[in-house]
Amino acid sequence: MNKSLLALIGLTTLNSIAFAESQTFDFKDPKGVNNAVFKLDATLEAIQGSANGITGLVTFDPEKPGDTKGGIVVAASTLNVPNPMMKGHLQSAMWLNVEKYTNITFEAKELRNVKTSGDSTTAHAVGTLTIKGVEKEITAPVKLTYLKDKLGQRVPNMKGDLLVIRSTFTIKRSDYGINPAAPQASVSDDIEISLSVAGAAPR
Amino acid sequence: MKRLLRTLALVLLVAAGLTWLATGANRGWTRTSVAIKTVDDVTGLEGIEYRKQFVPGLDFLGGALLGAGLLAGTSLFFCKQQTKQTKS
Repeated sequence: MNKSLLALIGLTTLNSIAFAESQTFDFKDPKGVNNAVFKLDATLEAIQGSANGITGLVTFDPEKPGDTKGGIVVAASTLNVPNPMMKGHLQSAMWLNVEKYTNITFEAKELRNVKTSGDSTTAHAVGTLTIKGVEKEITAPVKLTYLKDKLGQRVPNMKGDLLVIRSTFTIKRSDYGINPAAPQASVSDDIEISLSVAGAAPR
Repeated sequence: MKRLLRTLALVLLVAAGLTWLATGANRGWTRTSVAIKTVDDVTGLEGIEYRKQFVPGLDFLGGALLGAGLLAGTSLFFCKQQTKQTKS
């Protein structure tokens, strides 16, 4: 009887430790540093801008980084370029239609080719990218950096960990119906996207 | 009037050219803000903020050229001022 009780306690403890390892990181950044940069070649000069309205939740286990899952959401209305006319075009119905399609999302299903060295993990994230209501499965290279106990350095009076995610990948404008009428000689079909985000897991 | 319009066209062209040169001779589109990058000490991430700043581009120069052309063109509609000739 005592042995069974001890075994049960032991299993429960192990189970709680196992679950305790997995943390959920919130990517709503109070400092507003998180951003997604986009770039596409065009006549005269490349169109380059960024978005900083980033949210999302990612579950990460430092012991099993390959099990990472979650999603990142970019508020489409926060997309910005330095030219006001260009910004108007970008947010219009022809391009991204930000009034109707308010979010750009990436939902990671799995990580492949996971390589961990110290606090850094590189992998290929396979998931669904949704832009302008069009869902496409993509594979993007990602670098995850786990910063244990660093939350307090970023947000005073808070304890916890940080997870930094960096990724640069290319998508096709035509795949997502982003101004398909624009000739590719004037505006390239390729859009390079760079994501630089940090999430917090308070304790 | 003719001379005034042509002078204005020249002034517009020169002023636009000097403004363009003084603000960095941007060979792209005109910008009303510039991206400022800041590095987050803890995460090492580069944050991007936009600061309001007018940076004229080639479209600005084109607009000034068009304006100067219109002024100079309008000047052609004004006849040369008649000067009274007096016989001695």
